[in-house]
Amino acid sequence: MLRQIEGSRAVAEAVARCRPEVVCAYPISPQTHIIEALSVLVRTGELDRCEFINVESEFAAMSVALGASAAGARAYTATSSQGLLFMMEAVYNVAGLGLPVVMTLANRAVGAPINIWNDHSDAMAVRDAGWVMLFAESNQEAADLHVQAFRLAEEISVPVMVCMDGFILTHAVERVDLVEQVAVDAHLPPYEPRQVLDPDDPVSIGAMVGPEAFTEVRYLAHARQLEALRRIPEITAEFARSFGRESGGLLHPYRTEDADIVVVALGSILGTIEDAVDTMRERGLSVGALGVTTFRPFPLEALRAALAGARRVVVVEKAFSIGFGGVLSTDVAMATGGLGLDIATVVAGLGGRPVAESTLCTMLEDAGASRLERLTFLDLDHGVVERELARMADSRRSGPTAENILRDIGTGARSPS
Amino acid sequence: MPAPSVSGTEVPAMQAMLQVRIHGRGGQGVVTAAEVLSMAAFAEGRHAQAFPSFGSERTGAPVVAFCRIAHTPIRTREPVMNPDVLVVLDATLLHQVDLFSGLRPDGAVLINTSRSLDELGILELAREHSEGRFVTVPATDIAVERLGRPVPNVVMLGGLAAITGNISIDALASAIRERFSSEMAERNVAAASDAYHLVESSSRQEVLRVAPD
Repeated sequence: MLRQIEGSRAVAEAVARCRPEVVCAYPISPQTHIIEALSVLVRTGELDRCEFINVESEFAAMSVALGASAAGARAYTATSSQGLLFMMEAVYNVAGLGLPVVMTLANRAVGAPINIWNDHSDAMAVRDAGWVMLFAESNQEAADLHVQAFRLAEEISVPVMVCMDGFILTHAVERVDLVEQVAVDAHLPPYEPRQVLDPDDPVSIGAMVGPEAFTEVRYLAHARQLEALRRIPEITAEFARSFGRESGGLLHPYRTEDADIVVVALGSILGTIEDAVDTMRERGLSVGALGVTTFRPFPLEALRAALAGARRVVVVEKAFSIGFGGVLSTDVAMATGGLGLDIATVVAGLGGRPVAESTLCTMLEDAGASRLERLTFLDLDHGVVERELARMADSRRSGPTAENILRDIGTGARSPS
Repeated sequence: MPAPSVSGTEVPAMQAMLQVRIHGRGGQGVVTAAEVLSMAAFAEGRHAQAFPSFGSERTGAPVVAFCRIAHTPIRTREPVMNPDVLVVLDATLLHQVDLFSGLRPDGAVLINTSRSLDELGILELAREHSEGRFVTVPATDIAVERLGRPVPNVVMLGGLAAITGNISIDALASAIRERFSSEMAERNVAAASDAYHLVESSSRQEVLRVAPD
């Protein structure tokens, strides 16, 4: 059913159609509207046979999801940023135990400095935990990915995280074709756990594993992720047949066939990038875009094939590894080793800074003219940076950087003097 | 109730996309206004995208929300930087925030006020831009009368529908009924209709057709 609806509510509706039996979460911006909407659906009985469990923290939220999943329930939670970090130990445990929890990550910057706005530093912090990580380009895709996520998670016993950009998607009201219950029931069979805590047939889950077997358990976790690489395109194709639209998959290529320059990115920024690609094509630049929908497991071979015809790759990232550079860029470089591609990293949209199409076009012009540096911080205000560096050179007790900069640009606390 | 000042004189070229930026203060329903506008466009069969400027919302703090309307799917996620229409829910923002930043040369401005442009101190600015494209609506007065509360957001959408010329009052009414509970919905529909008819009837020339047909 076509609706003009907020992204968070569309996701809550899609999750409800998946008939979760336990939903537990702790509210944090910008995830809150998803959980609020689900709590209403449970309270009104529209989502029945589901327990909504209020918890006192994100650590409890993921721990309850773990327990519920181990007891054979379809379990769902959602979080953002500091909430994800706070639940991190349980995030690793869910993956290590092979429990098919589905979680929405409403992507938000990680502090300090505290910032509630969107970037991907929370997702990158959990990159190696063993979860499948899918990135939504639009709210339609965010909603659809949840249906596919439960299917994939339960088939291969791996937790799946659906990443959607905080505020930019969670709080955007746009057209979404909401999935119907009958169609979801046909796509998503009831959960049949591979392992379950059952008093009538007792087992123990969560053994201590020493050097004698740890490598093998980890290797099998990796093998299950590689199985996801094979199953995701199949599940996406089945979804397309059932629901009549393409959502999800490993990669989203856009005008890449004959492109000299390909921009690689994750999430909602791809929409603006695709507009920029059209604009620059009209100006004669041979450019395309490649969205990475499945970030973990990383589709090394598919990405290598998709970029085989390009000369230059620009990876636009909403996060970076401090002291090194691009994160996604590293994966792209690994995937394309030996192809002789020129790979540049552009860090953009940190902490919610808007990314304008015009800025992307200028950046692409630079890329076309071989003027793009290996690592670029888009829209970086060099004046602001220089001022703080000068202050630090000038005085040992130069004070906290964030507060100094806010004072400089006139939005922070007043100087005490 | 004072009459709104309207003097549309020229009809700009049709554009592929209508971009609206709404300024107000926390508590005035800025984000809801953008959402309801997008729902009205959806009811007309168009694609629409509404989103807030993502601040930490506090009562009284300046808030901005955006809405894009088009015939084709909207991909961009950038904020509306060059609005076709600027909606100002709170005239006290006129001299506090850089409201007019990026306003298109043929863009329109809809201000909630019962005062004149001269009294607001923006007559010069309006003349520099195009006086006829500055439209005032006493939306808070209408809201107090119809809703019993000084919440001008939906009222202003009635005025916006009139100046854009192709979001029908019926589509707006259906969006309002979807968004609000029944009694509040009917009051808001009545209030939005008041603003719509005020702006439409006082338009000396043609309405400013800035929306895509």
